[in-house]
Amino acid sequence: MSQPAPALRMEGVRKVYPTGDDEVVALDHVNLTLPSDEILALLGPSGSGKTTLCSIAGALLSPTEGAVEVGGQDITGFSGKELTRFRRESVGFVFQTVNLVPFLTARENLLVVDELGRRTGRKARERADQLLEELGLAEKADVLPGQLSGGQKQRVAIGRALMNEPQLVLFDEPTSALDTRLGDQVVHLIRDEMKSRGTAAIIVTHDDRITHYADRTVHIVDGRLDDTGDHQPDPVGTGLA
Amino acid sequence: MKLALRELRRRPNRFAVAGAILTLIALLLMFLGGLLDGLERGSTGALRLQDADAIVFAEGAEASLVRSRIGEDVRSAVATVVGEEGVGGLGSVQLGARLDGRGPRDLVPTVLLGYELAPRGLPAEPPAAGEVVADASLRREGVEEGSVLRLGPARSEVRVIGFVDDSQYAGQGSLWGSLETWREVLAANRPGARAGEGTVQALVVRAPEGEGAGLTDAVDEATGGATDSYTITEAIDALPGLSQQRSVFNQIIGVTIVIAIVVVALFFALLTVERTGLYGVLKALGASSGTVFAGVVLQAVVVTAGAVAIGIAAALALDAVIPAGSIPFTITPPRLVTSALSLLVAAVVGCAFSLRRVLRIDPAAAIGGAQ
Repeated sequence: MSQPAPALRMEGVRKVYPTGDDEVVALDHVNLTLPSDEILALLGPSGSGKTTLCSIAGALLSPTEGAVEVGGQDITGFSGKELTRFRRESVGFVFQTVNLVPFLTARENLLVVDELGRRTGRKARERADQLLEELGLAEKADVLPGQLSGGQKQRVAIGRALMNEPQLVLFDEPTSALDTRLGDQVVHLIRDEMKSRGTAAIIVTHDDRITHYADRTVHIVDGRLDDTGDHQPDPVGTGLA
Repeated sequence: MKLALRELRRRPNRFAVAGAILTLIALLLMFLGGLLDGLERGSTGALRLQDADAIVFAEGAEASLVRSRIGEDVRSAVATVVGEEGVGGLGSVQLGARLDGRGPRDLVPTVLLGYELAPRGLPAEPPAAGEVVADASLRREGVEEGSVLRLGPARSEVRVIGFVDDSQYAGQGSLWGSLETWREVLAANRPGARAGEGTVQALVVRAPEGEGAGLTDAVDEATGGATDSYTITEAIDALPGLSQQRSVFNQIIGVTIVIAIVVVALFFALLTVERTGLYGVLKALGASSGTVFAGVVLQAVVVTAGAVAIGIAAALALDAVIPAGSIPFTITPPRLVTSALSLLVAAVVGCAFSLRRVLRIDPAAAIGGAQ
């Protein structure tokens, strides 16, 4: 029985930013493999390189050195154009500040993903409605983001990230703007949605609560991974202390 | 693209200021164009109406009828080129006309033109002595068929036997008569400028079918340099003040278009800065810079198209409302199309200033900034 390709494989990835004559090493020989349905919590202080790691995993940046594979596809040498297309088709993002398009309804916010690429029309509309239904937003499909609560907006953002049926979804501090109760709900939802689809996710966070929901927690300090091997034996239903 | 249109539809207020300014610019542009065309129309009709290939002035007359004098010998020389029947004399005199029912000092500005080769819309055989065909614009002054106009200080009487459209000259209503009528009126009112029998101011030359090319050079050569010949278009352009007037207007129109470019550039640059975050997210989701920029251009073009539509509607309304003859204002389809296109091009050019900004938006900045 062949194993499905890992959602993410990074090998010897280095990212260096030039600053004047000097250079800053944001990632230093990172090796990371994410199986196809794993939820990884990425913890680290600000400036530790977690955003850079996320950007490289999400095809937003190219590494200076090393190899990156997402969903079995090697994206290391991709041009900017190829990266753009790859993001459109294979990666989902949920941003820290939600960032829904303010003048589009919840459903249209999901459909934006379809409109940016080659349109699938009806198929995309059906998928959007199905996602909204699953996220408990069927009633809010035609509501503008301004009229949604913080949690509802976050759910729309998750729906948008899932529109292109990605192999990997990146969550950038998904709970930082939410209170504890709402934060819990959202993380729960993320876990349910990811697990039910068998989609891998990286959740960048400061929030310790999230680590309980993740299959694995990886700390990053000064651009180096410190994999504690925090594998949880039975991921489903555990962790809520 | 759909996103850009939706924003226009759902947030029209965001574009209201730019739309309003562009509408004013469009109005200004349409009005300037209409005014320029109106002024040109009012001063060039008599030449545009000429059904001929060239107009021949005396050498050194600088295409001015008043300065030009052509005698019979020169006329014969010209006739060697196109034949006797292809040459006709033209004479003009500008005089105030008195009209029954108007005060003695209430003169109607007119120009009496004597012709031989009929311009379009005029009888092939010039009217009998003392009779003229009047430009239709003179109807507004109360001139009717059968009216008797008393021209100039000598009160030379001419009777109006018909009308012809769009034949104004130098902003004045024209009266078209025979060369004899012209000579008589000229001699009576401008004794110093009297033209003897056989003398005219200029010659209208009609080349045989298909032989119009190189006609002006051929004529000047045949007269041994005693003439300066112009095609009709050249003669129109050489009318005193016309090209200067046109260039002043075109400069104002050009500056207006530059202002439109600046307005679009500033407004959409501002909007792009405001949307940096949104564009970053869209790029992270897989929008190319091209898609994002196309959205900006589309919005600018749609806003400008709206402004142009209002401008055209207003220009047409103005054309319909202003009393004929009060303002020289003419709406022509080519002018409307040119003005509309230049504004739309200005919108696209204006957006180009935002292109670099759109290209520079880093999708990686959408997730917490690229460290």
